[in-house]
Amino acid sequence: MGLEGLYQEIILDHYKNPRNRGPIENPDIDIFESNPLCGDEIHLQAKLDGQKLTDVRFEGKGCSISIASASMMTEVIRGHSHEHAHKFIDGVRAMMHGEEKMSNEELGDMEALKGVADFPARVKCALLAWTTLEKALNDKLSGGKKVT
Amino acid sequence: MPLKSTAPAPDAHRAARPSLDVDRIRRDFPILLREIGGKRIVYLDNPATTQKPRTVIDAIIHFYEHYNANVHRGAYKLAEEATAAYEGAREKTRAFLNAASTEEIIFTRGTTESINLAAYAWGRAYVSAGDEILVTEMEHHSNLVPWQILVKEKQAALKYIPIEDDGTIDLQKAVAGISPKTRLVAITHVSNVLGTVNPVCEIAKAAHSAGAVVLVDGAQSAPHMPVDVRALDCDFFALSGHKMCAPTGIGVLYVRKSVLETMPPFHGGGDMIRQVYRDHATWNDLPWKFEAGTPNIADAIGLGAAIDYLTGIGLDAIREHEIELTRYAIQRLSAVPSVTLYGPRDARLRAGVVSFNVGDIHPHDLATIVDSKLNVAIRAGHHCAQPLMNRLNVPATARAGFYLYNTEADVDSLVEGIVQAKEIFKV
Repeated sequence: MGLEGLYQEIILDHYKNPRNRGPIENPDIDIFESNPLCGDEIHLQAKLDGQKLTDVRFEGKGCSISIASASMMTEVIRGHSHEHAHKFIDGVRAMMHGEEKMSNEELGDMEALKGVADFPARVKCALLAWTTLEKALNDKLSGGKKVT
Repeated sequence: MPLKSTAPAPDAHRAARPSLDVDRIRRDFPILLREIGGKRIVYLDNPATTQKPRTVIDAIIHFYEHYNANVHRGAYKLAEEATAAYEGAREKTRAFLNAASTEEIIFTRGTTESINLAAYAWGRAYVSAGDEILVTEMEHHSNLVPWQILVKEKQAALKYIPIEDDGTIDLQKAVAGISPKTRLVAITHVSNVLGTVNPVCEIAKAAHSAGAVVLVDGAQSAPHMPVDVRALDCDFFALSGHKMCAPTGIGVLYVRKSVLETMPPFHGGGDMIRQVYRDHATWNDLPWKFEAGTPNIADAIGLGAAIDYLTGIGLDAIREHEIELTRYAIQRLSAVPSVTLYGPRDARLRAGVVSFNVGDIHPHDLATIVDSKLNVAIRAGHHCAQPLMNRLNVPATARAGFYLYNTEADVDSLVEGIVQAKEIFKV
């Protein structure tokens, strides 16, 4: 797809107007991660009600791909279960290798990230938010304690 | 710190032509003949690593095809030839830096290992609780983290010389930072982000007056300008071969002999010993005491070939060429709306390194776009200088760095790529 596939309108829109940006009071999930190679950062927070992620918000510094991916992630997992989140984590990771685990209907805006697979150096940008979420959920599952 | 966009029109300077025969030089670098997608490569990531001329590649091939053997031990012709070439590279390095003796030239893997050698062998012996090590806010992580580790181990302190808003060091503030507690001033000769050329000679003078020793990180200076370690009057000088046309995996630490003589070894092992007993050992002569194990023979010989190549062209001429290109780049870039440049405005105060940002386009996006559109290779990120990024209050910058084979056409391609990135991002 090339450059046009990477910088689609929807990506630039999420980059310039990220959804669900900002802090959550008394979060149940509160995790900071960075990509040491490029310096991208994400601070992800979420409220939980049992298995349900009732609110998900983030702050971050990074390129259009990492910010757009984080913004889209908050939209698709907000109000859904852990299980739903893991399905997307697996789906996005597969997408970065050019595999299709989810339909375009399921992906919604996320479909725009398919173009990243053509740019191996940028895959880590698209995955930062998702690996951070995965770590937070796994820590939550194993520890049962607040993730900080 | 950002520079204002008040540059004259891009053609105003064109009277001053670079003195290098760049067309001829470019033919010395096989990789520069490569095209991707029918377009030539515009390689501007030289502060990270440089391309290699045919003579360096041939020197390495010749070693492996004709006289590969271990050095310093074999009593046969191949070993004698290998030893002569390896030690010959040391003499070339000595002359390149104008060191007094080859005893002062230690081969390492690169600047990072060179500085770690100084931190472990010298630092562990001579830094103690309450002492201070003085660095600047523009250091590369390789000239910060080894000292952070050392001061933590020794309960010493790491102090910073601040940088000014124009990306330079105020010499008075630097001198004021030196105290009787200062054991070492570790400073970069040229910033890998801002391009600033620091007044290391003057700082060394003040440091020595206070009884401190001086380490100069020369990774970004030695490839690009004449360096004379005796004129700089530094005690340590570190460089990386791969940033000056030599292979990766070979670097140099110069240490003033009077300092080196007082240092315990770094790594223990073969070749660095004189006698080994059951419970102790004695050390080889300088500089071999600091080169344990089989060294990187082929790449040291490659470094020697790179030094021959660079000195054949002339470091003065390379420096002037880069000043001209930097001046041109600053003029072209500052004429593009939304471009923010970092570092000194005067090209003579800096080396051929230009860091910048373009509106709200993240440097990673910019780097991807200029590469995809025009094969322009630039660096994007924190450039292993996170404290400096914090000082500049930016998460990252884009960086173009020039070398002897770059041209004004390369700068033009970069500017064209930036314009196309602005269109995509509607900046």
